[in-house]
Amino acid sequence: MTVDALPVPGPLLEARSIDRSYGRTQALREASLSVTAGEILAIMGPSGSGKSTLLHCLAGIFTPDAGEVWFDGRRLDTLSDARRSELRRTSLGFVFQFGQLVPELTVADNVALPLLLGKVRRKQAYQRADGWLKRLELDDLGERRTGELSGGQAQRVAIARALVARPKVIFADEPTGALDSLTGEKVMELLVGLAREEGTTVIVVTHDARVAACADREVMVRDGKVTDPYADEAVR
Amino acid sequence: MTVPLALMGLLDREPSYGYDLKRDYDTYFGRGKPLPFGQVYSTLGRLARDGKVTAGQSEPGDGPDRKRYTITPLGKQEVKVWLAEPVAAEPFLQTVLFTKVVLALMLGHDAERYLVTQRATHMRRMRELSEIKRGGALVDALLADHALFHLDADLRWIDLTTARLGALAETVRRA
Ligand SMILES: Nc1ncnc2c1ncn2[C@@H]1O[C@H](COP(=O)(O)OP(=O)(O)OP(=O)(O)O)[C@@H](O)[C@H]1O
Ligand SMILES: [Mg+2]
Repeated sequence: MTVDALPVPGPLLEARSIDRSYGRTQALREASLSVTAGEILAIMGPSGSGKSTLLHCLAGIFTPDAGEVWFDGRRLDTLSDARRSELRRTSLGFVFQFGQLVPELTVADNVALPLLLGKVRRKQAYQRADGWLKRLELDDLGERRTGELSGGQAQRVAIARALVARPKVIFADEPTGALDSLTGEKVMELLVGLAREEGTTVIVVTHDARVAACADREVMVRDGKVTDPYADEAVR
Repeated sequence: MTVPLALMGLLDREPSYGYDLKRDYDTYFGRGKPLPFGQVYSTLGRLARDGKVTAGQSEPGDGPDRKRYTITPLGKQEVKVWLAEPVAAEPFLQTVLFTKVVLALMLGHDAERYLVTQRATHMRRMRELSEIKRGGALVDALLADHALFHLDADLRWIDLTTARLGALAETVRRA
């Protein structure tokens, strides 16, 4: 028996020593992070430490000034803007604190949108959207405009929209930040529960330890660096 | 128990009389609940018996106890290990956490490292409790929630203290 025979999955997503500045502010300095497929990872850390910047770099929304980002065996940060947008549309999902829904469109329209943009036929897109609305207990609200929803309802729609195209990774930046703690927890439970069923990787930035406790693991960002609080234990 | 370890930690700065130890303990860790003299001397007696401190010759004077206590290498080692070690994550820990941080700063140990480890210990327990909530009956979920809220409060304190470690170090540094 050799060790080689064991399936050792490589990381699905990896930041290798990335730097990123805004003008004179260095938001990330040699930040490294590795995420396994199917993992639910929480990113915590003080305000201004670089969490959102890291998330945007991992998602290919920003390109780092130095270092590398790898996704699914491919270098992400050197792809052209067009190829990165394409990849985001097909393989990545996003849930932010607010603002990612189109307020004038209905709940069903918003959820179907990623599929329609991906050239899925209209009827099929709405059928699949409906399925997700049911799983998120939103089936009564399909015809409502998203501008008229409560915060918790809107975040559930955002989760449905993030999951509908079956992405490999969902990026969530303070998805429960605008919600009261009970609603926030419910939203997080839905996100994590569905992601586990689907085998979707989730990277969630949060200040809330109760939200982070729904993840498999957490890392801390401090002064633009990522630290693994369990690093010492692996050595022991 | 933190009292023996706190007393040893205070002795780890410099040898001291029982009375001065009690005064320092009350200043830093007493918080409205001063340590009775009896407990100070009985604790020191036990620590001396176990070879963790040594008591000097009694010196002439008025007070009940004029012995100077010194920490031994065994005692020093125990303090060092204790300060680095995270406490099991249970609600109502604040006094232990606080004592560890203050002593670590006084003695120049790595208080930040300790807080990182403690935070990780808390987070791990919170993950276990979330897991219990996911699968469990309502009663278990409510009990888990109670613990989660308390651990969350500890964690906020840990984060706040981490952010203010520099200022706290200034405060507890000996004049
Ligand atoms: N668009 C921008 N222009 C200039 N500086 C920025 C910009 N966005 C972020 N920064 C700075 O970069 C640093 C990291 O910001 P980032 O938003 O990544 O922090 P964060 O950890 O997400 O904070 P928070 O928890 O408050 O959301 C901060 O110092 C911030 O002021
Ligand atoms: Mg942010």
